[in-house]
Amino acid sequence: MTAEGKTASFQLDGATVPFEPGQTVIQAALAAGHYIPHLCYHPEFKPHGSCRVCTVEVDGRTVASCTLQAQDGMEVLSQSDRLRKEHQTLVQMLFVEGNHFCPSCEQSGNCRLQAVAYDLDIMSAELDHLFPNRPVDASHPEILLEFNRCILCELCVRASAEVDGKNVFALSGRGITKHLIVNAESGRLADTDIAVTDKAMEVCPVGVILRKGVGFRVPIGERRFDRQPISAQAREDAPRRPTTGNEDST
Amino acid sequence: MSSELETAANPARLKRVVIEPLSRVEGHGKITILLDNDDHVQQVRLHIVEFRGFEKFIQGRPYWEIPVMVQRLCGICPVSHHLAAAKALDQVVGVDHLTPTADKIRRLMHYGQILQSHALHFFHLSSPDLLFGFDSDVARRNIVGVAAKYPDIARQGVLLRRFGQEVIRVTAGKRVHGTGAIPGGVNKAVTQAERDELLEDIYHVIAWCRSAVELAKRLHLTNVGLYNSFGAFRSNLLSLVAPDGGMDLYHGVMRARDSNGDIIFDKVDYSRYWDHLTEEVRPWSYMKFPYIRALGADAGWYKVGPLARVQNCDHIPTPFAEAERCEFVDFGSGQPVHATLAYHWTRMIELLFAAESIKGLLHDDDIMGDELVVRGERRERGVGVIEAPRGTLIHHYRINEDDQAVRANLIVSTTHNNQAMNEAIRHVAKRYLDGRKLTEGLLNHIEVAIRAFDPCLSCATHALGKMPFHVELIDAEGQCIDTLVKSSLERCP
Repeated sequence: MTAEGKTASFQLDGATVPFEPGQTVIQAALAAGHYIPHLCYHPEFKPHGSCRVCTVEVDGRTVASCTLQAQDGMEVLSQSDRLRKEHQTLVQMLFVEGNHFCPSCEQSGNCRLQAVAYDLDIMSAELDHLFPNRPVDASHPEILLEFNRCILCELCVRASAEVDGKNVFALSGRGITKHLIVNAESGRLADTDIAVTDKAMEVCPVGVILRKGVGFRVPIGERRFDRQPISAQAREDAPRRPTTGNEDST
Repeated sequence: MSSELETAANPARLKRVVIEPLSRVEGHGKITILLDNDDHVQQVRLHIVEFRGFEKFIQGRPYWEIPVMVQRLCGICPVSHHLAAAKALDQVVGVDHLTPTADKIRRLMHYGQILQSHALHFFHLSSPDLLFGFDSDVARRNIVGVAAKYPDIARQGVLLRRFGQEVIRVTAGKRVHGTGAIPGGVNKAVTQAERDELLEDIYHVIAWCRSAVELAKRLHLTNVGLYNSFGAFRSNLLSLVAPDGGMDLYHGVMRARDSNGDIIFDKVDYSRYWDHLTEEVRPWSYMKFPYIRALGADAGWYKVGPLARVQNCDHIPTPFAEAERCEFVDFGSGQPVHATLAYHWTRMIELLFAAESIKGLLHDDDIMGDELVVRGERRERGVGVIEAPRGTLIHHYRINEDDQAVRANLIVSTTHNNQAMNEAIRHVAKRYLDGRKLTEGLLNHIEVAIRAFDPCLSCATHALGKMPFHVELIDAEGQCIDTLVKSSLERCP
């Protein structure tokens, strides 16, 4: 509400988007059904602003919409040729920084990175692949860590610390050498207290944290992004109250 | 093991003729022919010029990913690799018997694969040679030429392939590179709508398959002298058969016959295939040379694929295909047929068998069941064998206690036929090329012999790190100052 008692709103690509006090631009946009590409944003967690895929333009300035507080009367641009190219490049950089082999990945069809890339009409990486050496951690009897796919969104770090209260994950290194690690002296997942019911198991937007032995159980055609492109599912990412891990996960 | 014309005595002094690329086959290969000054053939070899290496890069991957990953070996027969891997991993997850629904969905997928691949091969790849002649006008010798002169034949070929791919889509989720088979079962059944859609076409499909058998048979019988002798050689035969001896392309026991049709081994559990089969590596090829262990490398090589299968089984469990099998066996007058071009006739008999099998499965309510997956006690190793369109396909994996693949051995159909294909082209080279001035039409004779086997060259090359090599360090005066020799490795995973 504004001081005059009207619902506060901003303009997003010419459309009026109402918002609640304290909401960021992406939160308000998604709640109203307007899609802005995003990867490290999660509707149950505080915005993080690390991947920059949700970049928009306000007053000629580019800014991450997940950390930008919505303001009444603000004019936001998320769709322009220049922004689209920027979104594409940001996603392409994520592809070449890791090792992403969609054809044999069990998250194909449920992967947000893949879905965002399809939505942005990215047909190739265009940049040189870095081919980092990231061995998988298969030490845990029920959980596989496929580090090759990590995009450093830190959602697992946050979920494990803030919801599960376990601190299983952390980021280590700086710049291009930054990488996900397991908080155990041995560095092995088997030596942590992670459980398949943890929130950290649910939040990975790609295919790093996987329940063992269940890959490909969902047939093609029934996976999340088989049904509709990610841009048509904006409301599913509208802000919601945080939940704990999946208690039904067996 | 070596055969006549495999290695010339003085290759440096001979003229070299290269057929590259081989056309109208899957994958990339070439044939080299060495001729002396009088144009007599001294050496003929089939080479595979691409390298795949799946056996190596599967290492470290989680086992449930393997059926989806290894099918990328091929765009024509991915279902075969998908299912062979899934069968191996059934064993890894402790499952010896799938649910009826899972078993029948996989069979449906497989017979869809056989149908589309055999149709592709006969109509698109081989029919131009067979309908127009091996040395006919090269500009017309292709599927476009067939479509112009024989539009009904071309149309039936296209529609048969399309139907097979639809069967695959319904069972695997996509026409190419689906995900239907998972360790211990499948991830989807068939819906009533999907079943009705396929049943609408199945009667046309069976009629077209019967016509295809008639066409292949007519081509053979109207030029029986050529078809019986072209690239013909005697060899052992290998395939899976059902426990009762009937044809079964999805599952069964291993049976081998000698060139007279006598049993070498039978009712062999394929999960210990290495007791009976082994492979040899030769320095000039990325493709290994398998043979029956008990007979040794020189006498133990064999043929796989339709010509072996139709003659290895005791009967075909579908009526039209069985009638055709009987006619084919009668044609052999009590002896196995070893004519290379009879692959086409027998391939079409299998095409008909696949179509009739699809019909039977579509009428079975089990394909709409909801019990899709079972699990047992984890095992360390799994072997899956299937009769792929081109022949016996073996997938063998060892999985560590962390669920990662540590070893893989893939013996694909085309590899089983390696020696056989080399024999065929050597026979053709000697009969048709020796002492003659080479023309495109004559060289196409070599390709016709290769095509009969329907090789998939991209599937067949995995001998990473196993090829023997010999390195010599020569100083400026030409003296050898050091030598490094590595022999080939032969090991079961």
